[in-house]
Amino acid sequence: MLEFVVRRLTTLAATLAVAALIVFLVMEVLPGDPAEVMLGLNAQPDTLAALRAQMGLDRPAPERFVSWVLAFLSGDLGISYTYDVPVSELIGERMVVTLPLALMAILFSTLIALPSGVLSAMFRGRPADTIIMGIAQLGVAVPNFWFAILLILLFAVTLGWTSAGGFPGFEDGILPALGALLLPAIALALPQAAILARVTRSSVIDVLGEDYIRTARAKGLPGGTVLWRHAVRNALAAPLTIMGLQFSFLLAGTVIIENVFYLPGLGRLIFQAIAQRDLIVVKDIVVLLVAIVITVNFIVDILYAWADPRLRNGGGNV
Amino acid sequence: MSEVTAVGYIRHRAGFWRRAMRHPGFLIGGAISLLVLLMAALALVWTPYPVTVLNIAEKLSAASIAHPLGTDHFGRDILSMLMVGAGNSVAVGLVAVGLGIGVGGPLGLLAAMRPGLISEAVMRASDLAFAFPALLTAVMITAIYGPGTMNSVIAIGIFNIPVFARLTRGVSLSVWKMEYVTAARAVGVPPLQIALRYMLPNIASPLIVQATIQFALAILAEAGLSYLGLGTQPPQPSWGKMLHEAQTMLYFAPMLAILPGAAIAVTVLGLNLLGDGLRDLLDPKLRGTAKPPKT
Repeated sequence: MLEFVVRRLTTLAATLAVAALIVFLVMEVLPGDPAEVMLGLNAQPDTLAALRAQMGLDRPAPERFVSWVLAFLSGDLGISYTYDVPVSELIGERMVVTLPLALMAILFSTLIALPSGVLSAMFRGRPADTIIMGIAQLGVAVPNFWFAILLILLFAVTLGWTSAGGFPGFEDGILPALGALLLPAIALALPQAAILARVTRSSVIDVLGEDYIRTARAKGLPGGTVLWRHAVRNALAAPLTIMGLQFSFLLAGTVIIENVFYLPGLGRLIFQAIAQRDLIVVKDIVVLLVAIVITVNFIVDILYAWADPRLRNGGGNV
Repeated sequence: MSEVTAVGYIRHRAGFWRRAMRHPGFLIGGAISLLVLLMAALALVWTPYPVTVLNIAEKLSAASIAHPLGTDHFGRDILSMLMVGAGNSVAVGLVAVGLGIGVGGPLGLLAAMRPGLISEAVMRASDLAFAFPALLTAVMITAIYGPGTMNSVIAIGIFNIPVFARLTRGVSLSVWKMEYVTAARAVGVPPLQIALRYMLPNIASPLIVQATIQFALAILAEAGLSYLGLGTQPPQPSWGKMLHEAQTMLYFAPMLAILPGAAIAVTVLGLNLLGDGLRDLLDPKLRGTAKPPKT
């Protein structure tokens, strides 16, 4: 297992380095002069020169890349051109919204998907299965931002139970803040839950056909024990992997959902940074999100190998 | 083609369509997809009203014979906008999936036919590309080159490349080890000819199934990007852009938000049902799991 972890850690470091290089090349080298991209064609020469100096564009690209990576690793992400504050400070402020939102979405998705998937597998071919899988099929097809708008239409416009967007902050208490994240989290969770329920169902059905389940039934174990203790437990590996893979889509989803609900999170920050052509902020957030995706996939790989020793020798590397 | 092979081929084709006609998911999905395609094709030559001409006098009118789905805040006909939006979505889906298959397919085939360094390089590059969801790639591209349909299509297409590279490699590996491929290699058939003539027809089914799924995902991604203002730009209508414009009018014109979203959802649902149906019908392992035909 240790050898597997070391091997995967090496791959993780290499992937992170190459991903950072790609982001750097796309954002700083391909445009020619990123300062000109940020300020536009009508920029004053002295403003342009000042920005070039701030971004260190007078130095060669390889040197800039290395110093950017080293600074990034030490937590120094540079100063935002638009906000004139450290990017790390901006990200920290916005993470307070995005992180609970993503965690709530994962929680809702899991709470909806796992029982639905198991229930559907238990009643395979019966009306309950058809209804659950029909809803899941719809859930995969409905865009989360449209679902978000429908939620606003129902709960804010028609019923008037909640506001149509915005975030009060945690200063006024945790409950109002989490309340403002409730609808966005539900909207984010829907497609993830639909996919996860389908995977869970298929995984539980596979396990229910295994010999050891037949043996457990033959020796007279109650149905519930067979299902929850033997089948579901062993069927969780596939849904867990999918949850890891879904994380990147969830992060991407926050960019849209935060804009639907006007939440001051990381997704809205990146959107505003694009509108203001603040490449310093865009570059840092993109590389941060990519690093999060790669790291989450690494953790899932390790957990999966821990659960299934066959994968440690590269068996799952297809 | 010998007589026996020709008869077998015709029977195989007839068997597919006989089973397809009894598969509700395939039929519903196929009908929806066909309808969207026809609507998109029709929009190329005709729409009830021009979509770039504003008619403020008729703004926000309710559904009527003249405007079956009403008009928007600029007085534009919603049905015409949905038709042009369908064309936009289909075009984006086709180009994005084409890019994925066109680049990812050959890469996957190459990885299967050249194990070792090339295979490893292709797979690690795929791993890396998976770390850049379409939306993040689009964010990077639009930050530099500005928003637009072409940039969003490229971003979505890039994400499709590793999907098809991995799938093609996976299914090609087993075909590459088949006896007839080994025989072709032994008699010196060039690798390109082996790939095109012997391998491609045998790996086409899973690629077609995946193509319908990626097509649906491309439509969803483009709608998301257009919603954010990073995709299709005005005055060209797109379903995502229509949703974005409708959000500010939720209190007095909710239908403006409901219709384009429903168009996206129904189209994606149709493509997903078609994909699932094709998988059931084309995968020999799943054929036995389909409901037995009623006699």
